[in-house]
Amino acid sequence: MFHIEIQGKVMTISPAPEIDAHSAERLRTSVDAAFEKSSCMHMLFDFAKVTFMDSSGIGMLIGRYKQAEKRGGSLAIANMSEEMNRLYAISGLAKIIKSYATNAEALAALKGGA
Amino acid sequence: MNTHENRIVLELESRTENVSLARVMVAAFATPADPSVTELSDIKTAVSEAVTNAIIHGYGDNPSNTVRLTLTLSQKLLTVEITDNGIGIPDVPCAREPLFTTLPELERSGLGFTVMESFMDTVDVISTPNVGTTVTLTKTLGEARHGA
Repeated sequence: MFHIEIQGKVMTISPAPEIDAHSAERLRTSVDAAFEKSSCMHMLFDFAKVTFMDSSGIGMLIGRYKQAEKRGGSLAIANMSEEMNRLYAISGLAKIIKSYATNAEALAALKGGA
Repeated sequence: MNTHENRIVLELESRTENVSLARVMVAAFATPADPSVTELSDIKTAVSEAVTNAIIHGYGDNPSNTVRLTLTLSQKLLTVEITDNGIGIPDVPCAREPLFTTLPELERSGLGFTVMESFMDTVDVISTPNVGTTVTLTKTLGEARHGA
């Protein structure tokens, strides 16, 4: 389950409730199809409703980052739980994908070209 | 016989939709050891990684196989054995390296073993090519609250 919303050049994806190998595969197929149809440059993953994520989610995020990068855009994430933050720290993902406390901060950073 | 030890064996068809069931069952099994929320999250994540590896790498995402989980709870010590009879891992030390993956086209991050090692106390891997793999995870639970 997930929700997609477009604001200008930013596509916000709100997945729920768990991201593992099974759900990540469905998520990537649907997000890529929606992004392809849109004229968005950036993706924002809002994790407010995500209660569990394993490394399949990290792989999915890196893949979507590459899709955004092809359009000269970027990808940001927001609203991660404490548990997700630990996975994010271990993964080294912070080197390419920035995490923000709120959607508003992430949107401002993406629109500002961060 | 140790009356404080409990043990169950679970057999799951090798489908990725069963990964969520596996991690929830292990978390429920560990509940008598009074784990913290963080410890439960650690267990669920590590089990998710190991079962996913068995299905996607061991069995090549072919659903007609079986992943077996043997769970033991001895006092506060949780042991989870995840066994598949898949293709095996030819070079275990290499597979345990961060970011190593044989399936980059499937967007596998190569972080499965790194996550297991970070979230559990011990991770042991025994693998024989074309015979299968057993990953054994252990973690002592309830320490954060009772040992502090």
